[in-house]
Amino acid sequence: MAKSKTEEYPVLWLQGGGCTGCFVSLLNSVSPSPRNIFVDEIIPGKHLNVRFHPTIMAGAGDLAVAELERTHDQAAGAYLLVVEGSVPVAAGGAYAMIGERDREEVSMHSWVKYLSRDALAVIAVGTCSAFGGIPSGEPNPTESVSVQQVLSTEGINTPLINVPGCPPHPDWFVGTVASLLLQGLPKEGDLDEYLRPRAFYGQLIHENCPRRAYFDEGKFAEKLSDPYCLYELGCKGPVTHADCPIRLWNNGVNWCVGSGAPCIGCVEPTFPDVVAPIYEKITDDALPNIGAE
Amino acid sequence: MGKITIDPVTRIEGHLKIEAIVENGEVKNAESSGTLFRGLELILRGRDPRDASQLTQRICGVCPQVHGTASVLCLDSAFGISDKITHNGRIIRNLLLGSNYIQSHVLHFYHLAALDYVDVTKVAHYEGNNPALKSIKKFISRGALGPFAPRYEGDYRLSDDADQEATAHYVQALDIRRKAHEMLTLFGGKMPHNCATVAGGVTEHPTVDKMASFLWRLNEIREFIDGVYIPDVIAVAEAYSDYFGIGAGCGNLLAYGVFDLDGNDPDYLTRKRLLGSGTVSTDLKLGQVDAFKIAEYVKHSRYEDSTTGRYPANGETSPQPEKDGAYSWLKAPRYDGRVYEVGPLARMAVNYVAGDSAVKNLVDPVLSHFDAGPSALFSVLGRHAARALECKYVADSMADWVLQLKPGEPVYTEYEIPDEAAGMGLVCGPRGALGHWIRIQEGKIANYQCVVPTTWNASPRDDQGQPGPIEQALIGTKIRDEANPFEIVRIVRSFDPCLACAVHVITPKGNELARFRIS
Repeated sequence: MAKSKTEEYPVLWLQGGGCTGCFVSLLNSVSPSPRNIFVDEIIPGKHLNVRFHPTIMAGAGDLAVAELERTHDQAAGAYLLVVEGSVPVAAGGAYAMIGERDREEVSMHSWVKYLSRDALAVIAVGTCSAFGGIPSGEPNPTESVSVQQVLSTEGINTPLINVPGCPPHPDWFVGTVASLLLQGLPKEGDLDEYLRPRAFYGQLIHENCPRRAYFDEGKFAEKLSDPYCLYELGCKGPVTHADCPIRLWNNGVNWCVGSGAPCIGCVEPTFPDVVAPIYEKITDDALPNIGAE
Repeated sequence: MGKITIDPVTRIEGHLKIEAIVENGEVKNAESSGTLFRGLELILRGRDPRDASQLTQRICGVCPQVHGTASVLCLDSAFGISDKITHNGRIIRNLLLGSNYIQSHVLHFYHLAALDYVDVTKVAHYEGNNPALKSIKKFISRGALGPFAPRYEGDYRLSDDADQEATAHYVQALDIRRKAHEMLTLFGGKMPHNCATVAGGVTEHPTVDKMASFLWRLNEIREFIDGVYIPDVIAVAEAYSDYFGIGAGCGNLLAYGVFDLDGNDPDYLTRKRLLGSGTVSTDLKLGQVDAFKIAEYVKHSRYEDSTTGRYPANGETSPQPEKDGAYSWLKAPRYDGRVYEVGPLARMAVNYVAGDSAVKNLVDPVLSHFDAGPSALFSVLGRHAARALECKYVADSMADWVLQLKPGEPVYTEYEIPDEAAGMGLVCGPRGALGHWIRIQEGKIANYQCVVPTTWNASPRDDQGQPGPIEQALIGTKIRDEANPFEIVRIVRSFDPCLACAVHVITPKGNELARFRIS
């Protein structure tokens, strides 16, 4: 029977200091579709069993929170923890609270510590959870930190994969999960220095940009909506690692530079502060020597 | 007397907690609190004003486009170009926002609200050939029901066939909302968080191939709205018709208007829009909106009392975490001192009462189908119906707009960033009236304030003790089964709350908050 052959991978999806945009982006996945990801066996014989997800789960309140505890207790070492949004640590974590335990509210920070320790792996989806992102922008009012900072502070050694982007492309998340299920935990060299899968974040936007020829020829857009290279208008493509120009967004329809707007560097740990002002040219000393060996 | 605490309220955007005091099976008191804060307005300070249209989109991943729109309207007005946006720029902005409306409304009904009415487990007995239902049947047979269980049990009233059909539509609607994003992306670059929406217009040019692709993506979605979404809302309304009498709320509705049909009037409240601005109450009389009658009160919010009653542009955020009598981080926005609900119901009711024939032609057949008058709109089902009908109105209008684009003509207007300026952007998002206010000093953002739809709807009591719209909608509601309080979640979700939007405003004061606990 198919029933006995299916391996269940419990998934707990926490949302902290974020906007739900990472999950909405995942809903834009085409192949596999959301149904394929959450209902079908995403890889034959392997099924993602989403036990907690604030945006889609039927249950609410204590019913919902009980699933976090149940999964932690019953599936220690076997569940995937997905974290969307930053982890605010100011004020004892009071800036992001999720449910109650014994009538006391529990912070996102507590849940991340508690659940990451016994997870099979943690996926930090989106720039907020991977690097702090927008909530950690100056002056970082909530003292938002990344999942990696929480794990490192607590000495938790659970494997962590960062899938940044504001939001991330759905393929980046799906590809990361598929890789986990098919090939196991990341091996030496699979991730870059920021724990991003090199498969998706291995090249600069600038290296694959269709407007690159204009850059090389020195033809620059003077105002938004102009054709030509957007470098003078603040494009962060030369310092941003992602495959957007080749993969394209939303079922291959378009992408940021494709619509005439500069790349804002949303997959980088430098987002949103160092890449700002968005529409001002990056300083030349930040520009890597593209194409040089 | 018992207290029902629902924390977290799932299937909404963001972090919401609801507490209801129930006595003899009736809600005597209700309080709603947001439980996440990020402080985006503070993060905006000192930045380049142009960056606001990118950063404020990140307030909400479900409806980034309305923050992008309010933000560029706000910047346009601060830069002195609110009446100088090009024809193409205005229309593409409408198409981007309209696509986001469709995505949001479809997502809300099927993926956020429907599980309160539809019993997915009925698919276990499905015998047909619909691939989605066969797949869900197999999923159920594996025994792992997450995320469809656990859930509240009991009050599921649809027939087996209707439950199965609605479940198939839940899956189909996933495709439709994705396609609405793809349609937006033709002109917006990517979604969520598009990059083409900028002060001065947009960055993407209309071309005939994009226009045709947009139109036919839209037409597929329109078929879904007409053939599936609206019939499903009617079917749910028939089975749960008592919800026309549940969750009436405060009885006052406010809309700023949305979808500019003419860019020449610099005043956003008086300019011609597809859905115009106005107020309406249960007396069904139309009122005009005066932005200066908007004020935010904080007596029951965790802010210093000295900041109460201010017009948003002069707003200040001075937290007082342990203030007596305060129970929410949301301020209480009021219009002319009174409590107002915002959202699709407000827009449709305002324009219905204003005599808009297109709106009347949508609303009247539904009212007559249920043998009801306009007062039935003030209800849980009235909100769902208004949302679905508005979705149709917007989608049908977009089919005309896209053909009005003029390839080859400009999409963008140049401007200078002033050293000192103030701006205001008023528009409606899928969830209701949205205002952005900016003050620029030395060419940088000195102050940025957003008063967002869910702050209106989920607001706490104000200085006069008037409960907010959701609280009023809950108070007086009969709860049939306190262990499975369907009524509460159905009422709350009918407002389509977005807490990420509502509680973006917060200034912390060091570790003072360490002792703070929302309850």
